[in-house]
Amino acid sequence: MNEQSGGTKWIGMPVERLEDPPLVTGRGRFAGDINFPRQLHMRTDAARALPGVVAVWTAADITDVPPIDFREGPIEKLAPYRQPVLAIDRLRYVGEPVAAVFAHDPYVAEDAADLVTMEVEELPVLLDARDEPGEFSFGRDTEATILTQGYGDVEAVFKSAAHVVELKLTSGRHSGVPLECRGAIGRYDASRDVLELHGAAKVPHRNKELIARMLKRAPASVQCYESHVGGGFGIRGEIYPEDILVCVAAIRFERPVKWIEDRREHLIAANHSRNQHHHIKAACTDEGEILAIDDVIHHDNGAYVRTHATRVAMMTCGVLPGPYRVPGAYRAICHFRLTNKTPAATYRAPGRFETTFVRERLVDAIAHQLRLDPIHVRRLNAVRVDEMPFKRPLEALGEEIHFDSGDYHALLDITLNHVDWQNLNKELAARREQGEMVGVGLAMFVEKAGLGPADGVRIQVDTSGEIEVITGGASIGQGFETVMAQVAAECIGADMTKMRVTHGNTERIEHGIGAHASRATVMTASATRVAALKVREKALDIAAELMQSPVDTLDIVNGEVVIADRPGGPSMTLGAIAAALGPSSKARGDREPGLSAEGWFYTDHQVYPYGNHLAVVQVDPDTGGVKVLRYVVGYDIGRAINPTLVKGQIAGGFAQGLGGALMEEFTYNERGDPLAVTFADYLMPTVRETPDLEIILREDYPSPLNPLGIKGAGESGVNAVGAAIASAIDDAIGIPGAITVLPVTPQRLKAIIDGKR
Amino acid sequence: MSNKIDLTLNINGQDHAVSVEPRKTLVDAIREDCALTGTHIGCEHGVCGACTVIVGGEAVRSCLMFAVQAQGKPIRTVEGLASGKTLHPLQRSFMAHHGLQCGFCTPGFLMLAVNTLEKNPAIGDEELLDVLSSNLCRCTGYQNIILAVKAAREDMRTKEEAVAG
Ligand code: FES
Ligand code: FES
Repeated sequence: MNEQSGGTKWIGMPVERLEDPPLVTGRGRFAGDINFPRQLHMRTDAARALPGVVAVWTAADITDVPPIDFREGPIEKLAPYRQPVLAIDRLRYVGEPVAAVFAHDPYVAEDAADLVTMEVEELPVLLDARDEPGEFSFGRDTEATILTQGYGDVEAVFKSAAHVVELKLTSGRHSGVPLECRGAIGRYDASRDVLELHGAAKVPHRNKELIARMLKRAPASVQCYESHVGGGFGIRGEIYPEDILVCVAAIRFERPVKWIEDRREHLIAANHSRNQHHHIKAACTDEGEILAIDDVIHHDNGAYVRTHATRVAMMTCGVLPGPYRVPGAYRAICHFRLTNKTPAATYRAPGRFETTFVRERLVDAIAHQLRLDPIHVRRLNAVRVDEMPFKRPLEALGEEIHFDSGDYHALLDITLNHVDWQNLNKELAARREQGEMVGVGLAMFVEKAGLGPADGVRIQVDTSGEIEVITGGASIGQGFETVMAQVAAECIGADMTKMRVTHGNTERIEHGIGAHASRATVMTASATRVAALKVREKALDIAAELMQSPVDTLDIVNGEVVIADRPGGPSMTLGAIAAALGPSSKARGDREPGLSAEGWFYTDHQVYPYGNHLAVVQVDPDTGGVKVLRYVVGYDIGRAINPTLVKGQIAGGFAQGLGGALMEEFTYNERGDPLAVTFADYLMPTVRETPDLEIILREDYPSPLNPLGIKGAGESGVNAVGAAIASAIDDAIGIPGAITVLPVTPQRLKAIIDGKR
Repeated sequence: MSNKIDLTLNINGQDHAVSVEPRKTLVDAIREDCALTGTHIGCEHGVCGACTVIVGGEAVRSCLMFAVQAQGKPIRTVEGLASGKTLHPLQRSFMAHHGLQCGFCTPGFLMLAVNTLEKNPAIGDEELLDVLSSNLCRCTGYQNIILAVKAAREDMRTKEEAVAG
């Protein structure tokens, strides 16, 4: 009874967020809001001295600073492709930092940056990853590496297969584009010899290590501080040239140095993502069973290999089969190539948005070619519940893929029943008869979350009874504090609204995984649970002595230890217990001082939540515009700590997916000039383009891999949007397989429709 | 380059004497010279609406306006919405309906919605969507923002009726 509080329920409740009060009252502290006395302002560009300009740097001024390293450590083969902090000799993409200007005032810094013209000799550009690789540097070409994953004898299976289905597909270049641009403030505290980076995000602990490595400092002398973050989505919080520049400048000038990105810079300098070309083939039986898949991928990584190295491309190779069995053989060969465009890396559901589009297009094509029902083909190929856990000799983030649990068929039925699939199809067919271009599409997917191997949390209760949960996690706007407080509060038996959750501050805790790859809820919440249960045990242990009642008669309710079956009887607050456990308290006896505990959670395997997306669209034949009439997400999250926040994550991801499916694209002219440099050319969904979303949130298969059963939510809303919408558009315009390129912009779709006429 | 102009900005009922270059935008003056950082900058080219404030009774994009142009007009920012510890109905509603995630777009949406509902408390759903489509949010997918504003509309209406009745 007393292992966990009987009287306090927070897990699973749709409570309001702890984060909100400062954010709705204008008291947030985003990077742009951080100021230090005597700070300088940095702009990157090319520049010349003006009054008020303190210094102008080019690569020659920072020869002691190495190129930006990989987060997971050195990779010899890729090292020559890393991005220098300021360009050396060659400019490889428009948007590459060439010079840095430091001035007293941001307006002056900008004036100075505007002043100088560069002498640049224009070289031919390489803009398509499918073209022959060119020279990157002497003796090295732009194909940085070739990645491959697979199993079985692909040639043999294809040779004996009844049918081969083949497709060429492209996922366009788009990205996270958070509403807050990037920002970094470097500060050097000479009194303690500590370098501080403010405005850090996503992975502050990893970045501390990386900065220390690059600047040859002891990690203990570098600290990162995360404040409020205006959206992350995978792209913010990586180490970029500007982060290093403000750090180096802060040390050299011994003054704080602030850099705030503007939107134009953001659109050409922050990581792009998603740009891949797939040439995929499937070997199938007459019934539509997929025996083997053979995929050749050209991954367009832009001009350099940034902190993630080949992560997105490798993930692409590993997760492509998704929920389908593919028993015979599988091979993905990925040509990881550089082009003269902004460097690319992870964006929400990296490698999954792309592969779900490719895989589900393939399934639709199989169904069409073999004259089968696409739902039937999905059912036939999907891993069955009796095959769980399902192991596949492919890897994601360095781990072999093991689907932990789930019933893909049951969830598919739930989604289809939700929309009354048969009738919906009939209705749409009737509307098409009347001349309307309307259609429906469905896609299945498997997500992944909770990368290990370990995360630790420290919880301490002060003498006022306030509980602080100190994590190495990061909050990028997803409700991290609320979720951790819910778990800690329920496990201890306390009021969650009285909790303080600390994150993203490397000074407060030694280790941390940050917030990426949907790890936070799985790993950090599991560690929070361990620490909270220890705090509870400590509190009950001393309370039993002080209240003269055995431990098993006690409970903690709303931060107070009570005797469970004696309402109105004696009680003790957690604050009083913390005082009793103080180092000089006599009551402590020989117990360890402090009402606090550290908890660690370890795991060998990621968890694999799953779901499906269903889209109903209407196409305007005159403009090629697509209107989404209805959109359904069915998703099994295992267990939702806060269903409201989970749905918020799904809805937000969906809107981003919608942008990637229909609107958002970083395009270039033939000289390599970026054409999407403002919000007027890079179009993101507004209220008008984003339909009401129907979310079917299920908790049917809690993960067996962690005690709370959590599976993670961050990337499920975006994963299959491109796939479902492409399929629905095919249906609407009556051309199976018409959509081969994302985003389906009005121009592209109009050309397809006109081609048919 | 420092031909600065002295002017007074009246923000949330309080006068701020500032000395700014004529080219300084209103949003920069509010944030840097008046130290009110609740108003955010998302694009500086008039598309995202993160910088929305109310000037002289109209919701405006403060990145597209110079500080000197706001001289003599009452300016309202997100910091002025709550009275003491009592939140404005829209602030409450955004919290209750999970209308924010990172919260970066929130001040702009709040000021836009406050201005809209004050001018037209009975605004219809379609018109409301049109107004809200002028700001960008990258986190929420908008549904909860719409919910929050609609709920506040009802809330403010009932309160008004109560006062009137
Ligand atoms: S910052 Fe003013 S509209 Fe975007
Ligand atoms: S809540 Fe993040 S941009 Fe709207």
